[in-house]
Formats: sequence, C-alpha cells, structure tokens
Amino acid sequence: MSNCIRCTIYSTINNLNWYTFVQLSLTQLKIKMLFFNHFGQYILMLKGMFTKPENMRMYWKELMHQCVEIGIGSLGIVLIISVFMGAVSAVQTSYQLVSPLIPATTIAQIVRDTVILEFAPTVVCIVLAGVVGSKIASELGNMRVSEQIDALEIMGINTKSYLIMPKIAACLITIPMLVVLSMVLGIFGGRLAGAATHIISTDTYDMGLLLNFVPYNVFFALVKAYTFAFIISTIPSYYGYYVKGGALEIGRSSTKSVVISCIMILFADYILAALLLDK
Amino acid sequence: MIEFKNLKKSFGEKVILNDVSHVMDSGKTNLIIGQSGSGKTVLQKCLVGLFEPDSGEIIYDGVSFTDMTVEERKELRQQIGMLFQGSALFDSMTVEQNIMFPLDMFTTKNFSEKLKRVNEVLDRVNLPDVNKKYPAELSGGMKKRVGIARAVVLNPKYLFCDEPNSGLDPQTSMVIDKLILELTREFNMTAVINTHDMNSVMEMGENILYMYEGKKEWTGNKNDIIFSDNERLNDFIFASEFLQDAKDMRMLEARGKISDDRDMDELLKGKKLD
Repeated sequence: MSNCIRCTIYSTINNLNWYTFVQLSLTQLKIKMLFFNHFGQYILMLKGMFTKPENMRMYWKELMHQCVEIGIGSLGIVLIISVFMGAVSAVQTSYQLVSPLIPATTIAQIVRDTVILEFAPTVVCIVLAGVVGSKIASELGNMRVSEQIDALEIMGINTKSYLIMPKIAACLITIPMLVVLSMVLGIFGGRLAGAATHIISTDTYDMGLLLNFVPYNVFFALVKAYTFAFIISTIPSYYGYYVKGGALEIGRSSTKSVVISCIMILFADYILAALLLDK
Repeated sequence: MIEFKNLKKSFGEKVILNDVSHVMDSGKTNLIIGQSGSGKTVLQKCLVGLFEPDSGEIIYDGVSFTDMTVEERKELRQQIGMLFQGSALFDSMTVEQNIMFPLDMFTTKNFSEKLKRVNEVLDRVNLPDVNKKYPAELSGGMKKRVGIARAVVLNPKYLFCDEPNSGLDPQTSMVIDKLILELTREFNMTAVINTHDMNSVMEMGENILYMYEGKKEWTGNKNDIIFSDNERLNDFIFASEFLQDAKDMRMLEARGKISDDRDMDELLKGKKLD
C-alpha cells in the first residue's frame, strides 16, 4: 500500500513537472510571439510613414511645432539636470581622489570625460524618455481614443506621416542639441561646484579641461544622442498610436513606452560603447 | 451613390458583418439602424475604409473602393466628410483652426478666403461667435455642430454621421437632424447616418437599412416602417409603450378610423377602436 502511495506521489510530481515544463515553454513561446508581433507592427509603422506629404507647408508647420514642444519644452529640465550632474561629479571625484600625488586637474578631466561620454547623452536621454516619451505616447493615445486619428484618416491624411514623422524629425534635430548643451552645462556645473566648495580653483579646472582631450568622445556622444533620440521618439509613438481602450490604457501605454525606451537606451548604450570604444 | 455587395467582416471568430448588401442613394439621408452590436459602426467604418472587409465590394458612384490604390483612396477621401460620435475635434486647436484644417491641407486659398468659408459654414450651423473657443469650452450640441461644419467645409459628396445625436437632449437632437437633412438636400450629398434614435428615424429616414446580428433584416423608409410586419424591426422600433401607441394612432389615422375627439379619448383610455 505504502508503495502504491509512493508511486502515486512520484507519478504526480513527475506529471506536475512535465505540466509545468509545458506551461513555461508555452509562456516563453507566447512572449517571443508577442515580441515579434510588436516588432513587426513597429517596423510597419515606420515603413508607413514614408509617403508623399499632402501639403508640405502643413508638415513643416507641424515639424516646427514639435521642435518647439520637444526642444524648448525640455530646456529647463536639461539645464537643471546637467548643472547638478556636473557639480555632483566634481564633488564626488574630489572625494575619491585621496592621494596627494594625483594633481587637481584630474578632477576636471574626469568630470569632462564622464559628462561627455555618459552623463550628457545617456542620463539626459533617459530623463527625456520620461518627459518627451510620455508626452508623445499620451498625446497620440488620446488622439486615438477620441477618434481624432480616424478623423484625420477620413480626411485623406496619412496619419503615420503627419503625426509621427514630425515628432521623430524634431527629436533628431533637438535632442542632440540638448545633449551638446548638457555637456557644456555639466562641465560648467563642475567648475562652479569646484570653485564654490574650494575643491579646485577655476584656473586649475580650466587647465584640466584642456589636458588629454579626445575629440572622438564628442563624436561618440553625438552618435549616442542620435540613436537615443530615435528610440525616444519611435517607441512612445508606437505605443500611443496603437493604443486600444480608454484612459487607463493611455496611462498604461505611456508608462510602458517610457520603461521600454529606458531599457532600449541602456541596451543601445552598451552596444554602442562595445562597438565604438573598442581599442 | 454608394453601393456595397456581400460585405463580410469578422474579428477573430466573431462575425460582425454577414453578407450585407445595400444601395445608399445620393441626395438622400440613408440611415443604418439596429441594436447595439448589430454591426452598424463596423459597416460604416468599412464604407469609409477605416476597416478592410474580409470580402465583398464597396462601390462609390460606379468606382470600386475596395480595388482602389492607397493614392486613389486618398483622393476619394477628400470628398468624404464624417461626423464622429464624439465629434473628434482637435483639442489643441480652436474652432476656427479645426474647421480651417481641411482647407489648409487641401486647398491653395489665402487666409482671408479660408476665413470667409469658415465663417460661412459656422453661420450655416448657427454658431456665429465661437471661432476663438476651444472644444473643451463647447457644449455637446455645439461640438456636434462644429463637427458638421468641419465635415462639410470642403463641400463633400458623401457625409457619414456616426450616431450624431448621442448624448444630446431631444431639442438639440432635432436641430442636428434638421441641419443634416438640409445640408444633404442643399449639397446633394449621399448622407449615411448610424443611429438608434427613433426621432431621427422618423425625421430623416428616407432610406433605412435595419441590421440584425450583422445581417440586413429590413429596408424601407420612414413611412414603410410604421406598417412593417417584420417582428424584429417592430420589437426594436416600438420597444416603448409610448411609441407603440404612437404607431397604433398612425395606423388608425391611415385607415381613417380616428374621426373625432371622442375616438381619440377612447384610444387614449386604452380601448381599441374597431
């Protein structure tokens, strides 16, 4: 009898393991299919943007409007983040440089390279993914839910081209500019913090900025900026354009688009660093 | 004229349109009526190309819409005006900008000509002083009228209205109905209207298509509807006792049975006349 019970228990455990295995495999397959489904729809959305504009003047107007919304609208946050990023970098670098053998100009070099290579392109773009990305996703989502996109389609306008392309172009124009501004402000923030906390004098700091400067770093930062600008504009546009449902779904799609954008930015950051910074 | 033949549309396993065929006449208000979920909105969206039917043909004035290229459809769509259930006005634009948008996009008129046209259509829909207001500042009826103004600003040949009276009081509904009827006749448009408002059916029903579970159940006009013996149609139209009594009175009038006020009193007391 005890053998029977043992056998029953073992066979149940084996069946459960097999059942769990099948369920997990099906879930993985579902996730992969969902990913390919979304990716395919994303590519089709990008492909669908490229048609002849119905009226160039209106498209230009929309592009300028988006440049103002995205570029000028994000200026404040970029300014604040950049200055404080540079300031914190200077203070923390000074804290870590405990040896008196290392010259103070090193602080300036480290702040400069950290700001140019990482803080200005990556950190600022992650913040912009939240600010700009959520704005794009919720604007398009709201237009979808209130049938404004359908109204534009009925008028004979290619909505992918009219609504999404200007946003992508505006991001590609303004975000690299914001990254360059961020570099300048970050380095300036470090200078300010160094002088204010008497870590490093302004003359020493300026001297340090010029030492061992690699112009390629700026090129690398701009490549990152353009890549991240594309991610920040296209992923939220996708989630907003294809939203289905009501206010709850708009909120969800906005949040999801920001999360996915941030993950893709970090992933692209690593890939670009591995590809372009290889010695 | 819009004709559709053997239209079928499913979403997954659910069949929404099941072999529907009909002709929508030009210069008339063509109504599509039916219960919620009968396929009215899906049918209308197939007609304007927002949904692709699984099979069947849609013909606009002898030209097949289903076989058109994207560019050809774009050309045709410039002759279509649509009023959505929620008006679908552009939130970030004023009323003037909303109505001017199709003119900006598809005409080469200068600003003063466009403004003149905008003011013309706003006068036509009885909204002369709302140019600078935003959609959020308008009432439901005003939004519908702005929606109609935007839909007709380019003098379209085809006007589609998706439940134009939803959320409106009876008086405002009648204003919207009369406006749609007048504009249809004035511009000789083919108007296709989704509704389940019986007042609209009786006001505007020049060509009515009743849909039931995705199929064409009955066709006719507002006069035929009273005398129809289609059970499903009667259950739908005359669901309330008030409308049932109204139907009885009309039928009796038509048969000449109501001759004076005494007969009317008897009828109102619930006693049927012979």
